[in-house]
Amino acid sequence: MKEILRASIAILLIVALLFYGVSLLEKGSATTSGGTTITVFNWGEYIDPELIARFEEETNTKVIYETFDSNEAMMTKIEQGGTSYDVAMPSEYAIEKMKESELLLPIDHEKIPNLKNIDPYFLDLPFDPGNKYSIPYFWGTVGIAYNPALLEGQSFESWNDLWDPSLKEEVIIVDSAREAIGMGLNSLNYSLNSTDLSELRQATDKLKTLGPNVKAVIGDEIVEMMRREEAAIALTWSGQAADMMFVNENIDYSVPKEGSNLWFDNMVIPKTAGNAEGAHEFINFMLEAEVAAQNTSYVGYSTPNQAATELMDAEVIEDERFYPPEELRERLEVYKNLGPEMLGVYNELFLEFKMDMKN
Amino acid sequence: MKTKAPRFYYMIPYYLWIVLFVVAPIALVVYYSFFNITGDFTFSNYQNFFSSVYFRMTLSSFWYAFLVTLITIAIAYPTAYWLTKTKNKQLWLLLIIIPSWINLLLKAYAFIGIFGLYGPVNKVISTFGSRQQILFTDFSFIFVAVYIFIPFMILPIFNSLDKLNPALFDASRDLGASSWVTFRRVIFPLTLNGVKSGIQAVFIPALSLFVITRLISGNKVITLGTAIEQQFLVTQNWGMGSTIAVFLILFMIIVMMLTGQKDRGGAISGKTK
Amino acid sequence: MGKLSKVAKLYLALVFFILYAPIFYLIFYSFNSGGTMSSYEGFTLEHYAAVFNDTRLIIILLNTVIVALLSSLIATAIGVLGAIGIVFLRNRNMRNAVLSLNTILIVSPDVIIGASFLILFTMVGVKLGFASVLISHIAFSIPIVVIMVLPKLQEMSSSLIDAAADLGASKRDILTRVIIPYIKPGIFAGFFLALTYSLDDFAVTFFVTGNGFSTLSVEIYSMARAGITLTINALSALIFIITLLLVVGYYFFNQRSRQPVETGGNKL
Repeated sequence: MKEILRASIAILLIVALLFYGVSLLEKGSATTSGGTTITVFNWGEYIDPELIARFEEETNTKVIYETFDSNEAMMTKIEQGGTSYDVAMPSEYAIEKMKESELLLPIDHEKIPNLKNIDPYFLDLPFDPGNKYSIPYFWGTVGIAYNPALLEGQSFESWNDLWDPSLKEEVIIVDSAREAIGMGLNSLNYSLNSTDLSELRQATDKLKTLGPNVKAVIGDEIVEMMRREEAAIALTWSGQAADMMFVNENIDYSVPKEGSNLWFDNMVIPKTAGNAEGAHEFINFMLEAEVAAQNTSYVGYSTPNQAATELMDAEVIEDERFYPPEELRERLEVYKNLGPEMLGVYNELFLEFKMDMKN
Repeated sequence: MKTKAPRFYYMIPYYLWIVLFVVAPIALVVYYSFFNITGDFTFSNYQNFFSSVYFRMTLSSFWYAFLVTLITIAIAYPTAYWLTKTKNKQLWLLLIIIPSWINLLLKAYAFIGIFGLYGPVNKVISTFGSRQQILFTDFSFIFVAVYIFIPFMILPIFNSLDKLNPALFDASRDLGASSWVTFRRVIFPLTLNGVKSGIQAVFIPALSLFVITRLISGNKVITLGTAIEQQFLVTQNWGMGSTIAVFLILFMIIVMMLTGQKDRGGAISGKTK
Repeated sequence: MGKLSKVAKLYLALVFFILYAPIFYLIFYSFNSGGTMSSYEGFTLEHYAAVFNDTRLIIILLNTVIVALLSSLIATAIGVLGAIGIVFLRNRNMRNAVLSLNTILIVSPDVIIGASFLILFTMVGVKLGFASVLISHIAFSIPIVVIMVLPKLQEMSSSLIDAAADLGASKRDILTRVIIPYIKPGIFAGFFLALTYSLDDFAVTFFVTGNGFSTLSVEIYSMARAGITLTINALSALIFIITLLLVVGYYFFNQRSRQPVETGGNKL
């Protein structure tokens, strides 16, 4: 008993010491005194931390930075409240849902003069007409990342090229129902937003025939797998493809001709915001040409900020894989919010595919 | 058993915990399981559970959990047994636990590297023959699952072995029993409680593993946990997710009953039946 | 050590080697100047420098340790008393029912626990942050403590307690002088596994945290989309080395300070 008491007291002492350490560090890191704070809720590693420090300095606003790993988890947090998030970065389909559930505050365009920097092509899109609730942050496509060094000259102009029998156990598929079923739909020339059950059935059956070529269905680890040349081909987002190429220059990326998905991550102000004023200031700051350019080179995704692209390397901006020309963009579709029931159908079909994959 | 129960107030925190953090969430789960995705009252989630996809998934989930538990026992038992015979046994035991304090996701990434086509394991293999695909197979899944659960099995077995009275071994040997017979008839029965504890801490969580089903097995193994995760976080169909959870809880109760103790009583002094 | 056969030594060596292999792999790459875990390019300490320059990360780390230690300690106290109570329940059905309830949190997937705790906290009006995370960690650690303590309690002979009672020991004495010393290994096992649960938890913490409070697991999981940096490897390496030193140091310190007094028996 004595020993247990002694151990308990030791633990409590350590805890007290650590508390003291935290309070010292927090005092030391609080560069602003008396200023306001905003809380930013973003994906991990999805902003250049230097920019946060710069914003804090310029505006005398302290930024609390929190991270999430999926749109759905983020929405649950915002819906339940308990924390005042001032700015969040959801994907476009999540914005439609959040609008429906009235989780967003309208954005006052008067307070965002830098909105003029954004390429008009990325404004006024169907998921948020007039950009009433959201401002684009980064964008991209869904396509095929592949490593020609590991292949025998196959190219991927069509989704159907993935079904090539010589690619046994070579293809990695991203663990996301809309992308995977979407590939089936695209390969049959159906719309990515199809709600027609027979089309979806066909797409799933087609996807199942891809089974022997599938190496794995994984999430963010795709980047790591492709970098290490563990796999030759992956169905993935352009942002991840850029991350792969950053390390492994052999990798190439293509958006198949049948069409694909165009996605956006956007800045929004959740209804839980405690400092909407500061949130507007932050969004406007992120849209400054120079800031956006620096952020883009840190994150590596495609920026919708036209003024920023003018400050960036021509080599990056002219890369048609990540900044596709107009005629390719025509073939891209933005996801619509299909409603929870339809999303359920997509997920059950995807689960069915996964269960069949092994045989 | 003439000692009376300890005073009730010792138990207040524990019962409070049960009510707040067990009963309340369970009530919530059961409640949600009767609503479909659009928020209408329904039994369809339960019907759906018995549809082919979920039923197959349940079976395969059980099969893998069973394999994982069995292999964990097979590896953990000798480890625990020999650990009790080392000089600084408590220290060695701690050293078994320490690796589990490093973040699981990081360790999973490390395993991706270790089992990878160009990783150390394949380097060894390639000196004998051609490189093998180890990742995304049943082998890698079971290996990593066993890796995760090993401390949870070793600890209770170690504790039950550690207190065995050495006189028992001598007595058994004096009576002419071989060491195998001693083990099977004397040692193993006396450590059964520890093994059962270990099974509870391994088999049940193995049904709901989810991080490594994706990272290590590439979704080629799907557990009930993965399915619930998907329903909650991706489909946002809390009703179906809760329904699967209700079944998981039922399975757990069955496992508890199977591994539960028949009667209280000292294994050391009261094994007279 | 002399009692162990060659086979036994080899076997234990292999088990330890496998347990530590992924950790050494992580540490190895923490010195990689290549910036990723995929190809080793050269030696560098820059990732370690990055750890010390990142105040936010260090605060998160300290918070993680605080939550882990404090929650495990409290969970162990509640769990031990709970387990004793369960064993003394005379009605067998009642005992089984409580045990089943106890274990439900172990089987429930983290998302469910996290989501339902979040609903609970927001209903009651607890501010999300340190307190809500601490309470949740205590809550999901209690069952593993109970499971680790139970077998020790069950094998404790009831005549031991009866004897103590006959000798005039009060209930409190029986608890602190007889029961607790006997089940001590179980208590420590429960505490250490509670630490494991707390340090590894991502999903529950994610849901119940807020207002700037974060733990290392939440940080690491949300980095996954853009890639985990080697700074995290370096940080894990540091945690690992410090933990190892503390544990080994504490053990030998303890060993030396009591050798003259105790004669074996309850170690640890």
